[in-house]
Amino acid sequence: MHAIATHIWLIPLLPLLAAGVVALLPKRASTAAIGLATGSMGLALVLSLAAFLATLGGHADGAAHATHIGNFDWFRLGTGSVRLGFLLDPLGAVMLVMVSFVGLLIFIFSIGYMAHDPNRTRFFCFLALFASAMLGVVVANSLLLLFACWEVMGVASYLLIGFWYHKPSAAVAAKKAFLVTRIGDIGLFLGMLWMYHATGTLLFFDDGRGCLEADALTQLGGTAVRGGLTAATGIALLLLVGAIGKSGQVPLHVWLPDAMEGPTPVSALIHAATMVAAGVFLVARVFPLMTGGVDTPVGEGTSVALQAVAGVGALTAVFAACLAVAQQDIKRILAYSTVSQLGYMFLGLGTGGVAVGMFHLITHAFFKALLFLGAGSVIHGCHEQQDIRWMGGLRRLMPVTYATYAVGMMALAGVPLFFSGFWSKDEILHAAWSWAPSRWPFVLGVVGAFLTAFYMTRQMAEVFFGQYRGGVRPHVGHGIPEATHGGTAGGVHESPGVMTVPLVLLAGSTLVLGWLGTPAWPWFEAYLNGHSAHLDFGRLAAAWPMMLVSVVVVALGIGTGWWVYGRRSRVGATAPDPLESQFPRIFRGLQARLYVDELYDATVVRLHHVVSMVCGWMDELVLGGLVTLVGLGSRLAAFSARSLDELLVNLGFDAGCASTRWGGRGFSWLQNGSAQRYLGGLGLGLATLAILVLWGWRHG
Amino acid sequence: MGLAHTIWISLLGAAWVALLGGRRPGAARAVALITSLAGLISGLVGALGFGVGNELVTLWRVPWVPGLGIDFHLAADGVSVVMVLLTGIAAVAGVLFSWNIEHRSNEFFGLYLLLIAGVYGVFLSFDLFQFFAFYELAIVPKYFLIAIWGSTRREYGAMKLALYSFVGSAMVLVGVLAMVVVSGNGSFDMVKLASTPLPVGFQAWAFPLVFVGFAILAGLWPFHTWAPTGHVAAPTAASMLLAGVVMKLGAYGALRVAMMLMPLGAKQWGGVVAGLAVVGIVYAALVALVQTDFKFVIGYSSVSHMGFVLLGLAAANPRGVAGAVLQMFSHGVIAGLLFGVVGRMVYERTHTRELSLLEGLRLARLLPFAGVIFVLASVASMGLPGFSGFVAELQVLMGAWQAFPAAALAAGVGVVLSVAFTLRVVQRAFLPDDTVPVTEPEHRLAPITVPEKLGALLLLGVSLWVGIAPRGLMEWIDAGLASPGFATLRSTMGWP
Repeated sequence: MHAIATHIWLIPLLPLLAAGVVALLPKRASTAAIGLATGSMGLALVLSLAAFLATLGGHADGAAHATHIGNFDWFRLGTGSVRLGFLLDPLGAVMLVMVSFVGLLIFIFSIGYMAHDPNRTRFFCFLALFASAMLGVVVANSLLLLFACWEVMGVASYLLIGFWYHKPSAAVAAKKAFLVTRIGDIGLFLGMLWMYHATGTLLFFDDGRGCLEADALTQLGGTAVRGGLTAATGIALLLLVGAIGKSGQVPLHVWLPDAMEGPTPVSALIHAATMVAAGVFLVARVFPLMTGGVDTPVGEGTSVALQAVAGVGALTAVFAACLAVAQQDIKRILAYSTVSQLGYMFLGLGTGGVAVGMFHLITHAFFKALLFLGAGSVIHGCHEQQDIRWMGGLRRLMPVTYATYAVGMMALAGVPLFFSGFWSKDEILHAAWSWAPSRWPFVLGVVGAFLTAFYMTRQMAEVFFGQYRGGVRPHVGHGIPEATHGGTAGGVHESPGVMTVPLVLLAGSTLVLGWLGTPAWPWFEAYLNGHSAHLDFGRLAAAWPMMLVSVVVVALGIGTGWWVYGRRSRVGATAPDPLESQFPRIFRGLQARLYVDELYDATVVRLHHVVSMVCGWMDELVLGGLVTLVGLGSRLAAFSARSLDELLVNLGFDAGCASTRWGGRGFSWLQNGSAQRYLGGLGLGLATLAILVLWGWRHG
Repeated sequence: MGLAHTIWISLLGAAWVALLGGRRPGAARAVALITSLAGLISGLVGALGFGVGNELVTLWRVPWVPGLGIDFHLAADGVSVVMVLLTGIAAVAGVLFSWNIEHRSNEFFGLYLLLIAGVYGVFLSFDLFQFFAFYELAIVPKYFLIAIWGSTRREYGAMKLALYSFVGSAMVLVGVLAMVVVSGNGSFDMVKLASTPLPVGFQAWAFPLVFVGFAILAGLWPFHTWAPTGHVAAPTAASMLLAGVVMKLGAYGALRVAMMLMPLGAKQWGGVVAGLAVVGIVYAALVALVQTDFKFVIGYSSVSHMGFVLLGLAAANPRGVAGAVLQMFSHGVIAGLLFGVVGRMVYERTHTRELSLLEGLRLARLLPFAGVIFVLASVASMGLPGFSGFVAELQVLMGAWQAFPAAALAAGVGVVLSVAFTLRVVQRAFLPDDTVPVTEPEHRLAPITVPEKLGALLLLGVSLWVGIAPRGLMEWIDAGLASPGFATLRSTMGWP
């Protein structure tokens, strides 16, 4: 076993330590904070690469999956114990490299982007905390540890979305993101409880006793619960709910576009490349469970859970792509595109298995981080303007940003051969085509691919082509408050090197990565399964019809996009969108996100408010009122008892009192107000009591 | 130094403070701090010396009222140890958070230490009569602390608390006497009572009587309404103790007396208790959402989180009960911290707890330390990993899933709601957005003092420590549940 495999826990620990130290630093020590956070990420990247190399060698046999595990007791109770653990396998290793590489570039980009923010010390603390949690999710060998890191990640995301908490939209968005993902997390949590109840362990791999290993899976697959479902399916569906929440899938997608209120590097790191991919990663991690606990070869694994994964994915892919068409905020377009692409990943997992979905996750992480950072560079250059109607013509003003953005756009749209997105999306469509249960996911996937090419072309045309339209400062809805520069075409500038270098590096990766997963040389799939890949052009022959379809679809999408938006570029910022003038109703409906948020507001949120109010009143009026009533009742009773006393009992008593008064005079010396005598009396009493007790004890 | 000394130290401290006279507040709080620290250290020494054996260690035993079979019997098992540690921590933090008490400070700290002594006594009692006596000793000072040093509607709050407590006590007393009589042992010895099973028919009515009697103090729905008003009326230290340890007395009594002595009743009534607990979790969270008073929100959140304790007890399996005990500890620490921030750091500076007024002040700017601590305490309170609440609620729900899956499901809804009300109060009290107009405070807010910082860091540190490395506390809890006292409970519930 390699040394790195036994020390894999160092990778999440380093950024965590950095976050802890930075948290204790004073606000002015921002240089130290940036150094620590970025340094820890750099080290994590080095270690991740070492871990990746360790998984490359030594699994020629193919069966062992090259999994290195370190488990330990977290705490014990009775005969059982709750155990946590870390593992290193190809699936984790490839995620580690992606997260730490993209993470490091985004940390570096943030140095430039946040250079003028007074709270950047805090910002880097949160970033490091986030990175640590994400890396923790990847190396966790226990559903519990994964869940714990998953939650910490949610908190970090909340803190980062709400980083500019004085911005009302950011404050609302942060709360919404946390709440909605938390709803999904409850599913994950309940799935975890069920898993523990059913198998007695939460470790994934534990020398045959783990919950993802044959014994437990057979048991789960064989346990029937209500409705003809097995325990395996029930647990898998609950875990899927968690994944849907985190990865912004329909119907819990509403938080992700709003999360764009955070600083742009945050959107790039958390809400495009890594955290939102955690849901996909979770499904990939528990894939043996998703197949229904029965070890079926990929393609035939049509368990209920996998059908749900594919269905949710296909639906989301198209739904979000539709919404992206009508957005005007550069980051929101990308956000809906992220939701849509995550849908493709789910579709890939559901129809083609781990390798298909994960390959798109990896390629997407690079080009989406590239696009977001590019958008950040554009926003930075345009004085915090985020509305694409007020951009235009940036091709000449920001050449580096333009070139790299174009690479990202073509990868996302799926332009053939040189761009990674083409290969990974093609694999998904291919898997969807040959999926036995239904053809619908394939159809939806193709429609989504067309829409993706269309809306990305629209964005390119609006932002980079035509004339710059930002001369007059519009009323900005989403800009950050400190943006008060005037906006003239001359003021637009290319971003500094600290921001463009990460762009170039990400663009380079986008161009290279695709070659790791072509049909002719499916290295990625082979690597995940622990085989070694060999080159075979014959497989290309089998795959080419599908590739042709996908090329035609993409060409159609880009062509339509260019025909609508690129042919005649927009005249002025306030001119209506060409689609809007053609189909005003549809366009506005899409722009308003098909009123899903409104629907939730009118149903779930309203119901929740009403119930809260009712409970509040009930506590005050009914329960509080009951108490008051009881109090009143007892007072009434006391009063009548007292009246009875006064009128009847007391009459005779008064007569008796006259004689007592005489005797009382004699005792009055006892109450002469002298504290010493009181204390003396008290002491006497205590002594008497003590003697009595002692006497009782002796003779008892 | 040992576990039993915690009681004597606190009693001596109470007497010492009372004798100091009212003119030297500095001396009074110094004595209170020394006493509570000595109590904590004594408890810690005792706990560490206790080891993790499964036995029940008798610390001190003398006959008290021999004719009635009453002994003075101090003893401890692992569960007692955990609760004694909680009491020590809460006591020290409470003194640190009442460093500014000037009005009749010797009486305040005298009553405070008397209460602490009573609480220690309850956790170390293994004679039913003595248990009850200490229980009352803890409740009575509570009334005075609220009625004299309290704020908003303090007489009402104090009286409501006292009435509820005494109704509960009366139920417990009836049940206790009935148990002793029916058992026919002629003894109040709890271990002896536990080992001679009471008739099923008796347990069927006596269990709910005693359990509810205790659980009133633990905020069992629908008998919880004393808690928010009591918390709001109480001075900071008193609300910290109220949420931190007094509510735990109720839960502890429910476990130690009702469940340990009447396991058959517990088995029969488990479903009902679980139902009430879950309703409490969800209901209190909903009510917390619409409160406009900062302290009311925390008060209702306490009720909601105590629901998890009751749910764990209702599950009556090892995970559930262990989780319940850990949740008592965890909630004691976290709720103490939340009340400390609200009562001492915020209210005593701004003189308002209305969220609509606090919004304008931008407290995160004026009191940055309080802001950071409150955000961290909220994270802990929401049961997020890294803090003690996560480990505790996780185990409670693991246990509940095993016994009542539907209850675990409903409690999950409560977890989401607790996020909703916690985030709401965080954002309104500390991090309001720009739509809220800024108001300047009437006078400059004093910076957070050193004792406050120490108290906050103590509580936060403990919660973090338990959240990351729960093994130590869990070993004691594990040993406690394996002690002879719980033998009948274990066999009745069919624990492995």
